[in-house]
Amino acid sequence: MINYLKDTLTLANRLIKHNLRSIDTIITVVAMPIAMLLMFIYILGGSMQLPGVSHREYVNYILPGILFMTLATGSAYTALRVFMDKSSGMFDRFKSMPIAKSAVLNGQVVSSVLFLMFSTIVVLLVSLLTGFRSNANLGQWLLTFVLLFGFAVMVTWLSMPLGLMAKSIDTASAFSYLLLLLLFVSSAFASVKGMPTAVRLFAEHQPMTTMITATRELLAGQEPSASFWQSLAWMIGISGLSFVWSKRIGRARQFILNESARLGVLPELLIFLCRLACLKRQDDGK
Amino acid sequence: MTTIIKIDQIKKRFGKQQVLNHVSLSVEQGTIYSLLGANGAGKSTLLKIMTGLLPADGGDVEIEHHHLPKDLLTIQRRFSYSGQQSSIDDVLTGMENLTLVAKLRHLPQSKVVAQDLLARFSLTDAANKAAGSYSGGMARRLDLAMSLVGDPEIIFLDEPTTGLDPASRNDLWTMIRELKAKGKTIFLTTQYIEEADQLADRIGFLRDGEIIATGTPAEMKQLAGAEKLKLIFKNDADSLVAQKILETAQVTVLDPVTLVVTLSAGNHQSLAILKQLADAEVPIDNFGLVSPTLDDVFMKLTKGVTQG
Ligand SMILES: Nc1ncnc2c1ncn2[C@@H]1O[C@H](COP(=O)(O)OP(=O)(O)OP(=O)(O)O)[C@@H](O)[C@H]1O
Ligand SMILES: [Mg+2]
Repeated sequence: MINYLKDTLTLANRLIKHNLRSIDTIITVVAMPIAMLLMFIYILGGSMQLPGVSHREYVNYILPGILFMTLATGSAYTALRVFMDKSSGMFDRFKSMPIAKSAVLNGQVVSSVLFLMFSTIVVLLVSLLTGFRSNANLGQWLLTFVLLFGFAVMVTWLSMPLGLMAKSIDTASAFSYLLLLLLFVSSAFASVKGMPTAVRLFAEHQPMTTMITATRELLAGQEPSASFWQSLAWMIGISGLSFVWSKRIGRARQFILNESARLGVLPELLIFLCRLACLKRQDDGK
Repeated sequence: MTTIIKIDQIKKRFGKQQVLNHVSLSVEQGTIYSLLGANGAGKSTLLKIMTGLLPADGGDVEIEHHHLPKDLLTIQRRFSYSGQQSSIDDVLTGMENLTLVAKLRHLPQSKVVAQDLLARFSLTDAANKAAGSYSGGMARRLDLAMSLVGDPEIIFLDEPTTGLDPASRNDLWTMIRELKAKGKTIFLTTQYIEEADQLADRIGFLRDGEIIATGTPAEMKQLAGAEKLKLIFKNDADSLVAQKILETAQVTVLDPVTLVVTLSAGNHQSLAILKQLADAEVPIDNFGLVSPTLDDVFMKLTKGVTQG
């Protein structure tokens, strides 16, 4: 048991070094949400200024979305590192050693969650400079961190099977675009009331809206409501499914590339969507 | 001699493709076994099954009287494995790569172990540079060094010299021979007859998932047949004259200006042939020795089967 923890931490420590030594990772994960925050406040904010909504109220309104955006962007790097370790043979090296095999993926999880939480805290601190203030008491802050942590765990576990299955670097990280898309089609940055009916129905009921609402309520100093518990249920559910899913891939594919095994309809659909997101991005580049 | 690795009737299928078909072999302690085969023969797959990275569909792997997958961790404590791509961490330094493996093997003094290995593989100067900046040869040396952390008894190497220049390849061969001198058992795969010939005590020839021949390098060489002399002439006329002169030798006409002479009497026969041509003043544009290839071995073997 002690050895298991030690091995997991040794493996996590290696990836923490990766994160700290890769300037690209830090800049993208921390700087992009901050840029978005500034853009919302100082460029779009002006035109979006609703009558009777103060600057502070506006910043407070969009901050949960910005924090989730940090976590979603960061998870792209988690999937990327899993993909790299799979395709470079690092996983094979570790798995050929006399250690518990699950420590290999758990090392990825530990380092990812730590890195995501670190990035979120940096963004949170910067937001204080732009005028964010919270009415939350200590307990409500703690519960807010429970939600952020839960979201970090959720996107991390979601990255595992996707990183393991991906056939290219692009697909590995493209799923984070889906997360960002879900974030935009939610109440994160604009009220769902203004959306077309079909989109609104989706936006109102998708988990991202629930999680945003729960975080917003806590930061506004309200007691946890039903959306808090619903958010936790979503997070635990999605993490659990991803966990089972990555175990299944581990068994079916042994982390080898060019495998033709079928994984089932839902996973394949998700990969297909990721590919689309990925194609879209390449088009944008042109 | 004691048998240290024994694999029996291993089968593996990927989708519709039968990648390994009843593969059996055994390796004696303290020897080098070389699994020889072309691209896609199934070498890496077999190695992954032997190291517990892939489950077999059938058959048995026995290492030091333990069986996979039941005694996986016991067996893994006794060996190390280097995959086909050199799996070193490009972001970490050479030193960090080695201490990482030492920690995962729970060695008490990981730093000391790492320093020793760095020195042994002439990597001390590069110890604190990111491994991503290493040359191909250095990366392979680091890869091998990582495999030696914790002094394992059995060392599995998947194509350890593929992609290296001749000098680096020679370095690596020397290191592998040193390991054998220390009593280690080495199981390696290669695509080159020459490499197997240089290193191995025993060679297994894998083709399309089946071991179609095993033997010592001498026995395999005999199977492979003699080396050949390739002669290229400036024009058809010269080539025709040469064919007349070399009537008694075993000559194959590759194209109008290219002849291949089988050196059935040994490589020195090439001297006699060149002299004959020089005496007759037939100008030669170019010439060279051609070693038998895996395909030659295969041709011989399949012929042997149909004749016998
Ligand atoms: N995970 C996999 N899924 C599907 N097919 C696979 C998988 N791994 C290997 N194969 C197939 O099995 C065959 C043997 O592959 P293997 O990698 O063992 O060959 P090899 O002898 O190591 O070749 P090389 O010299 O190219 O490394 C190949 O046809 C390959 O395409
Ligand atoms: Mg191979």
